[in-house]
Amino acid sequence: MINIVLLTLLVVVAFAIIRMKDLFAVIMLLGIYGLLSASFFVAMDAVDVAFTEAAVGAGISTLLMLVVITMTGRSERTTRHKPLLALLVIIFTGALLIYGTLDMPYFSSADAPIHSHVTPRYINDSMEEIGIPNIVTSVLASYRAFDTFGEVVVIFTAGIGVLALLSVVRHPENNNKITTVNDAMHEQYLIIRIVTKILLPFILLFALYVQFHGDFGPGGGFQAGVIFAAAIILYAMLFGLNTARKVINQSFVQLIAAIGVLLYGCVGVVSLLNGGNFFDYNVLSDDPVTGQHLGILLIEWGVGCTVASVMIIIFFSFAGRREIQLHNKNVSDKDQESSL
Amino acid sequence: MDIIINISGALCLFIGSFLCISGAIGILRFPDFYTRMHAVGVTDTLGAGMILIGLMFYSPDFLTFSKLVMILLLTLLIGPTTSHVLAKAAMKNGLMPELAKTDHDKNKDKEINSSNS
Repeated sequence: MINIVLLTLLVVVAFAIIRMKDLFAVIMLLGIYGLLSASFFVAMDAVDVAFTEAAVGAGISTLLMLVVITMTGRSERTTRHKPLLALLVIIFTGALLIYGTLDMPYFSSADAPIHSHVTPRYINDSMEEIGIPNIVTSVLASYRAFDTFGEVVVIFTAGIGVLALLSVVRHPENNNKITTVNDAMHEQYLIIRIVTKILLPFILLFALYVQFHGDFGPGGGFQAGVIFAAAIILYAMLFGLNTARKVINQSFVQLIAAIGVLLYGCVGVVSLLNGGNFFDYNVLSDDPVTGQHLGILLIEWGVGCTVASVMIIIFFSFAGRREIQLHNKNVSDKDQESSL
Repeated sequence: MDIIINISGALCLFIGSFLCISGAIGILRFPDFYTRMHAVGVTDTLGAGMILIGLMFYSPDFLTFSKLVMILLLTLLIGPTTSHVLAKAAMKNGLMPELAKTDHDKNKDKEINSSNS
């Protein structure tokens, strides 16, 4: 029953997103969509996935898109051409995909291949082989470590792409001017600034809790990284980019992003050198289970570092562009005034 | 003792859900942005708080209880702050409350509405 309600709401929100022209409302609806799918995952007992969806889909992607919208403007441009060809291609691809699902086993059917030998193996043996209570983490970080490595590399590549396309050279002499504007705004944003300052340490602490609690409950590197980055983005939004840059050195963050991926890969290489397969943590220590613990801890750290720093990099790149845009606008306004 | 805990927990949950529903009615029925935001901001903070307190009565161990207390503190801090920020942003962008509008503004609104429809 609750599944039907949630799925109906998802469809309604999806249509609203397509129909809306106001991009700000679209982003808010996307956040709602993420939250709804997170609650749908909770209803299906997939707490880890729900946590990730709530943190990434509803949280940080909404934030990053809001930053983008400050540069692009609020309303969607009206299309002049009729996108008939695109529609045809989409219908064709969709039909093919639906045709492909016909061969798949029915949803939750008991004799699906995944329920015949993969799932029982994980459920029965993972406690002995890996030795951590949360099966999802042992699947994600140990059995399927190679897939997760791919995901981390994708995130890292995204960060590099944003840096390559959007990184800007800043002129340090502008900083003082912006700082004085910030101080003038201080009184206006007093309440939210104080509440943020109270909450920030707890958000960071929560991120660390999620990072280390991934072995025992829902959580892990991805969610922890996103929460950590969200705290820093919140700080940067409220106190200005320059204040945030004083706290967080951008080149240091870029270094951390690379180190995270490197740490992850190194765990694999070390297990190769110790005579096992790539990402076979059993050989990391004398006792296989201790080796698994060590491996999972290390790669979760790698994931957390990379995710957090890539999110921070993306935010700083976009927001830095915005800052320069504003600055150029101010300068040109002043030029016009002086010429008048 | 069990009965007392059960009844008080259920009572808190009931009050909380009633407040949440009244907030939802408020957002549908009230005339302008500020009153709507007031309805949701006030009832949701108290409603969510009451639901959390109700859940505290049912919590099986101390760990769950303390987690609920932390969530309660978080909502108590964040709820009013977000309402404040929303109202401030709306005020800064020039959205006037319905009561503060002069007749001239109202006529202008009507013209805009009629031209839209």
